[in-house]
Amino acid sequence: MKTPNDEKWTNKKISRRDLLKYTGIGAAGVAIGTSGLGGVMKAMGYDVFEPFADNNIANKVNFYGNHQSGITTPVQTNIYFASLDVLFSSKEELQELLQLWTPLVVRLMNGELMVNSSTNTRIPTGDTGEAEGLGASNLSITIGVGPSLFEKLGMEHLKPAELKDLPHFPKDQLQKEFTGGDLCIQACADDPQVAFHAVRNLVRAASGKVAIKWSQAGFNSFPVDGGTPRNLFSFKDGTVNPSITDEEDLNKVVWVDKGWLKGGTYLVVRKIQMHLETWDRTSLKDQEATFGRYRDSGAPFGKTKEFDDFDVEVKDSNGEYIMPDTSHVHLARKSGARMLRRSYSYASGVMSNTGVHDAGLIFISFQKDPLQFTTVQNSLGRMDKMNEYITHRGSAVFACFPGVQKGSYLGEALFKAL
Amino acid sequence: MKNASLYAALIAGGILLTGCGNTEKVKNEESPATEQNEAPEVDLTTELSSYQQFALAQMDQFLIETENFVNLFKAGDIEGAKAAYAPARMYFERSEPIAESFGDLDPRIDGRLADIQEEGKGEEEWTGYHKLEYALWVENKTEGYEAIADQLLADAKELHALVQTVEVTPDLMITGAVDLLNEVSTSKIAGEEEIYSHTDLYDFKANIEGAEKIFEILRSKLEAKDKDLVATIDEKFKAVDDLLAQHETANGGYISYEELTEDNTKALAAAVNQLGEPLSRLGIILE
Repeated sequence: MKTPNDEKWTNKKISRRDLLKYTGIGAAGVAIGTSGLGGVMKAMGYDVFEPFADNNIANKVNFYGNHQSGITTPVQTNIYFASLDVLFSSKEELQELLQLWTPLVVRLMNGELMVNSSTNTRIPTGDTGEAEGLGASNLSITIGVGPSLFEKLGMEHLKPAELKDLPHFPKDQLQKEFTGGDLCIQACADDPQVAFHAVRNLVRAASGKVAIKWSQAGFNSFPVDGGTPRNLFSFKDGTVNPSITDEEDLNKVVWVDKGWLKGGTYLVVRKIQMHLETWDRTSLKDQEATFGRYRDSGAPFGKTKEFDDFDVEVKDSNGEYIMPDTSHVHLARKSGARMLRRSYSYASGVMSNTGVHDAGLIFISFQKDPLQFTTVQNSLGRMDKMNEYITHRGSAVFACFPGVQKGSYLGEALFKAL
Repeated sequence: MKNASLYAALIAGGILLTGCGNTEKVKNEESPATEQNEAPEVDLTTELSSYQQFALAQMDQFLIETENFVNLFKAGDIEGAKAAYAPARMYFERSEPIAESFGDLDPRIDGRLADIQEEGKGEEEWTGYHKLEYALWVENKTEGYEAIADQLLADAKELHALVQTVEVTPDLMITGAVDLLNEVSTSKIAGEEEIYSHTDLYDFKANIEGAEKIFEILRSKLEAKDKDLVATIDEKFKAVDDLLAQHETANGGYISYEELTEDNTKALAAAVNQLGEPLSRLGIILE
């Protein structure tokens, strides 16, 4: 697999001056003092900066490109999603953080360790080490900024009008501990430890600058003969999604086309508890009527195949909707809004107050405007038969930066717009 | 240049690994880890000796304050003993890297009931400060605990005698600083150290001071290696100290752990972890 964009971006130990050049700080015209970026990285043990990239790395997702990875990347089996709060209050510190992270993300996605600069065993290693030998594992890393960040750093004038907390939806039971955040790191990989390692090390490298507000691990399992994965209600999840290779359609649905976020997108994340015990005592007929699809085939009501097109308005000879008008698929389709869903299941032990499974869906969708999600969610509203079986417990929205070109860094366009 | 080639070897191992996508391990021989524990070339004689003096002074004071506490306790002065309890313990907590180096004395002096039980021992084998803490705060009496008080003083004397012979090594200092913070992160911050008196913040403060002392002694050596790191550590110590100062009482003590909100403990824990990350790099002075 050739990844020409990811070739070694420097082949020698680089000086701090070079580093500033490579990461584009010079270009952005921001002065970094001795206690700035260099100091930060040195304090963290990252003063040898030699990320190498092998063009033949197996199972590697590209970092460089027009868009960040982890959005139209084929869905991996595991996610570790972290919502972070920043502990600083200046734009310069945000820029330093993103410049610090960019080369580290390159290394992580190459499957490299964030190699310790030192042979001194009296200090901790620069990389925590649990991903050693696990390869790149198709790791993708997606970084986004939340609405609260713009207020904290005094740059509200740059906050896109679309970027704001989602409205309250019927039956929401949002908990503070799973809601909001200044920054997000979405790490997806075909190995749970690789995904976790990425978040752990990026957070560690930013010690004193960010704090984890909440996080959630998740998984997706793919049928051996391919096809759409099933969620914990055992129904196929993600059937109606834009094709990740149809750039024209993605431009309509996913990619922002204006401002500093051009080429980026909005990520909506919802932590949705699924009441498995209740679901499991529901008849198959009622389960299928809840979705509006047959469980085994995934076909919409009245059809035989998963991807058969359907018209929610079609009624049978008795005048009843073939796809019940309280079904999840009926209501979602009727809204007319589309988004790219990239959800994962989670199972996190038991609810301490009730003893039931603490399990569900870490719902993630990408769209060029969070309003697309809001439209669907409002359409589901109180009508959705699914409401009986789920509770939304967490929610956040983030603006995910555009992709990074070599020599640039995550979020550069934001700082150029300052 | 030796370092450079080792580094290159490590990288090469990494390329092989990711390139083939197999699970072959990087051979240990390529790892630079084996030859590191030899005597360091950096001369730390002065630093080791000043830390020893500090620790011995703390232990002197610990013995004096323990004797005072035991006297108050045995005189049945419950309020007096309660007031002397936490301040006396601070001398022990400050010099814990040294005090801990004597295997069975540490649990005899500082063991919590939970620790004793974890070792499969019965409650009757529980001695030391925390048992007297239980007597004072839960039983609200001293009768029946006189023998425990005597034993505590005897143990404190034994510890005091033993530390005179302790050899302070660079590792003891360097790991000691981080260990002190780990003590805070794992037990003090959860209120698990002083479950009857809730005087955890005293221990918290003392642990931090113990770590700060080590950092101060090593400061000039560290500055020669990495000025920015020193500045970062200074800033992080200050952040912890400032947070702790918010919970000080008028008489220079600390509020009860029970009065801390979840936001308070979270902020303290975060500040300690943010200090621990740069402090864990003290070992670069030996490069």
